[in-house]
Amino acid sequence: MSPFFFWFFSAMMLVFGAAVIINRNPIASALSLVVSFVGLAALFMTLDAFFIGIIQVLVYAGAVMVLFLFIIMLLDLRAEERRKINLVAFGGGLAVALVFFGQLYLVIGQLRQAKQPFPPLALPRVDDVRSVGLLLFGNYNLPFQIIAVLILVATIGVIVLSKRELR
Amino acid sequence: MITLGDYLFVSGLLFTIGFAGVLLRRNIIIIFMSLELMLNAANLSLVAFSRFRVDSLGMPDYHAQVFVFFIITVAAAEVAVGLAVIVALYRARRTIHVEDINTLKF
Repeated sequence: MSPFFFWFFSAMMLVFGAAVIINRNPIASALSLVVSFVGLAALFMTLDAFFIGIIQVLVYAGAVMVLFLFIIMLLDLRAEERRKINLVAFGGGLAVALVFFGQLYLVIGQLRQAKQPFPPLALPRVDDVRSVGLLLFGNYNLPFQIIAVLILVATIGVIVLSKRELR
Repeated sequence: MITLGDYLFVSGLLFTIGFAGVLLRRNIIIIFMSLELMLNAANLSLVAFSRFRVDSLGMPDYHAQVFVFFIITVAAAEVAVGLAVIVALYRARRTIHVEDINTLKF
């Protein structure tokens, strides 16, 4: 993996991730989120996880983002008007987030393995779809089927929630 | 040379952005997007660990990638249900600002 690609896609992911929470217009936020996820998918591919990168693009940039934009359209949201910011709450929230990041930074700094480069792979190309599939349908067969039931429950829940009047 | 620590650092930064979004924003849809950012930061560190743990055959540890697959699936279901809840909330209250939804506030 080349350092240039790593830093380029990391910067893309982080800048557009920050744009998600800075933008006042929800549509701009949603579109920044797409770009951020595409950068993340590229980072997955620098880690030789091509299958995960592709489903990241399909599920997030494809399905989840359409859902977000659809809801924004349905609720007819505009850019929010400026409200008075509660400065104590704002400063407190920012401080909590920064302290959290500081702690994380210290923990990563103490991790011995964090300074080692990634070990090389045996083959230049990995067939990760096959390996993930074998694990998914072998070792993780029961969780896989439970996930299927979970999605069914989510589907039914969404239909019930979107009914006009609940009975 | 890119190390495991660099990926963990970027992942932590993305998680912090999402965390700050949840704490600072008052628009419930933006809070929801920030939740997605945090889930994806966790995915990035899992995939980095997967690539770091190369077994004796020279293959990455695919257990972590299966876990990421499950996280993505659950996140997709969560987005669908959460957005339906937001729509139901908007119908009842005509607002998506969390400061206007304070019935349970002490």
